[in-house]
Amino acid sequence: MGKLLIKNGRVVDPANKVDAVRDVLAENGRIAGVAENIRANSAKVIDAAGKIVLPGLVDMHVHLREPGREDKETVASGTKAALKGGVTSVLAMPNTTPSIDSAENVSFLKEIIKSTASANVFIAAAITKGREGKELTDIAELKKLGIAAITDDGSSLDPDKLMLEALKKAKANGMLAICHCEDKKLSNHGCVNSGIISTRMGLKGISRESEYKRVERDIDLAAKAGSAVHIAHISCRESVEMIRRAKKNGAKVTCDVTPHHFSLTEEAVLGFDANFKMNPPLRSKEDVSAIREGLRDGTIDAIASDHAPHTENEKEIEFERAEFGVIGLETELAAAITELLDQGILDWPGLVEKMALNPARILGIDKGTLSIGRDADIVIVDPDKAWIVRREGLVSKSKNCAFLGRELKGAVEYTICSGKVAYGIHS
Amino acid sequence: MAETAAWTRKDLLGLEDLSRQEIELILSTAESFKEVSTREIKKVPALRGKTVVNLFYEPSTRTRVSFEVAAKRLSADVINIATETSSVRKGETLIDTGRNIEALKVDIVVVRHNYSGAGIMLARHLKASVVNAGDGWHEHPTQALLDIFTLKEKLGKIAGLKVSIVGDIAHSRVARSNIWGLTKLGAKVTVCAPPMLIPPAIEQTGVSVTHDIGAALKGADAVNVLRMQFERDDSLAFPRQLEYFKSFGITRERLEKAKKDIVVMHPGPINRGIEMSSEVADGANSVILEQVTNGIAVRMAALFLVAQANEAINGKAAD
Ligand SMILES: [Zn+2]
Repeated sequence: MGKLLIKNGRVVDPANKVDAVRDVLAENGRIAGVAENIRANSAKVIDAAGKIVLPGLVDMHVHLREPGREDKETVASGTKAALKGGVTSVLAMPNTTPSIDSAENVSFLKEIIKSTASANVFIAAAITKGREGKELTDIAELKKLGIAAITDDGSSLDPDKLMLEALKKAKANGMLAICHCEDKKLSNHGCVNSGIISTRMGLKGISRESEYKRVERDIDLAAKAGSAVHIAHISCRESVEMIRRAKKNGAKVTCDVTPHHFSLTEEAVLGFDANFKMNPPLRSKEDVSAIREGLRDGTIDAIASDHAPHTENEKEIEFERAEFGVIGLETELAAAITELLDQGILDWPGLVEKMALNPARILGIDKGTLSIGRDADIVIVDPDKAWIVRREGLVSKSKNCAFLGRELKGAVEYTICSGKVAYGIHS
Repeated sequence: MAETAAWTRKDLLGLEDLSRQEIELILSTAESFKEVSTREIKKVPALRGKTVVNLFYEPSTRTRVSFEVAAKRLSADVINIATETSSVRKGETLIDTGRNIEALKVDIVVVRHNYSGAGIMLARHLKASVVNAGDGWHEHPTQALLDIFTLKEKLGKIAGLKVSIVGDIAHSRVARSNIWGLTKLGAKVTVCAPPMLIPPAIEQTGVSVTHDIGAALKGADAVNVLRMQFERDDSLAFPRQLEYFKSFGITRERLEKAKKDIVVMHPGPINRGIEMSSEVADGANSVILEQVTNGIAVRMAALFLVAQANEAINGKAAD
């Protein structure tokens, strides 16, 4: 395998406390050097002057829809979308058809990944069989298969006892549990945030309680089990406050937020455009500020896209009947640059922590850094280039994007996966 | 001085987006159309050659007939399409249905739908004008306009009036459209219902909230009583019919404590003995039948204005 030398970029690698102009050398698919003025014979050279060089992003919440809904997305199309967004590693959520809840289904997915993925795909398996919230999957066996985490994403386990049992098993097997925190009795088939907007639109609301009561419960249960717990896609002020308090008290809790929840408020749904229908729903201005503060002060560990592709037929229908969720792999970095970096909420090292280093650490995978010897997963970004999100430009199979028509700043120029240019603006 | 705005909207989807001037324009247009219904030949040629489709996903004979009569008095051709939502669920999407109807070269689609925002979505996809005849819990603009028209006719003005809306506010598109229309024209609106039928943060629309029917009636110039839809609610918290009448029903005794000439309205059909007693429904304060008559004038105005605006828009586009 050849050599790749990235010259003169601003290298941001918080794992190694690097934020300076450096050259990066990749050799045989691995990082071989990060230093000033590296010389390498016969290396392919990329001039990154004026650009930012980052470890490839790690997105810990992605729906690739395969197997079962290949009309929405596939491992092939989803990983291409990832690369275009600077994401070199994704965690694939298990709510597929069939769900990823057994050794057999894991092997099936692994085969698909092996033959079609163009980025690294890690697998999350279900906590319960068929994600029905009734019977636990064989967590020990899943661990042996290299599963990175377990989650019943899309729903929360209702019985406290079963959830506690799951967390104990996760702990015993060194497995991370990721929780979708929603009490469906409280969210009660709502489709937008409960409040003045749901009232104005004549839609059923989803209360904030439906989320934060479950956040509170899952943190409590994790403490009882002595396990770690990761809370996915938090959306409201109370959840941020609860997690902040729990962390202060030493709880082993981490959490992530999506770009749409730190960028958009519930007012975006006023035109009944289902590209703003997601679960959890877009919340109020106060919630968005609390989320931003949580990102700033470290309460929120990670940014994940919750990339949720849906076909036009499932989105271009009456708002209440439309599916929840939006795609996000191709826009998450630019959204973070536009909404967080440019507004002083995060700096470059902070942004890399949230989008690469922390998710890798939370998942316990060897990614998110430019350390010597690690896989050469690298992103080169033009931080100043502005672009307008257009459906024609999206490579994801589905186009249900909440940022359509918006101008975002920051464009990925190259995404390098194991030392090879997997995406490049000139290729 | 009342300055009247020109009507430039291709659609009439709700009252939330309309300015006071636009609402006043519809009302004054309705006033001039009201006279048509008193003529021997109840027809004007305003929409001759135009086709109006009543696309009803939810059964409502009253509203459908009112739109049909309005369209015919303007000399339009009318097509009625009643679609069971359940069959649509399996097949064609709303947009596809809309496009198919448009392919028939119709000019106005009047749509009634059980999902909020359906009219807005349809309007985004169609060149034809869309008039919302009620969408989910969201809006029912022509109903509110006819309520307001009737009130103005009875009391001479809207600004400064105290109007109470009683009943299931949470699930009522009539309530929402009335709130937008009345508050924009300067009325003071109070909503009255048991707590579980008041939607969250409703005060932010500028109304007051009470759970006490006596307080809602006291000093009110008008009370708009909504139809209770007990059949669709499975919640235990929902009051039973008799219980509801006892606490919120409009009776003669309750009206006696209100202003003598309080106007009693109801969008119909009435559940007699549940929302109000027969005595009140048929009594001197009731304007329920006048509302029905005025509905035609208001709908004529709505159809006429959107058709005219659409002609202007498409004319421009053709240049
Ligand atoms: Zn989720």
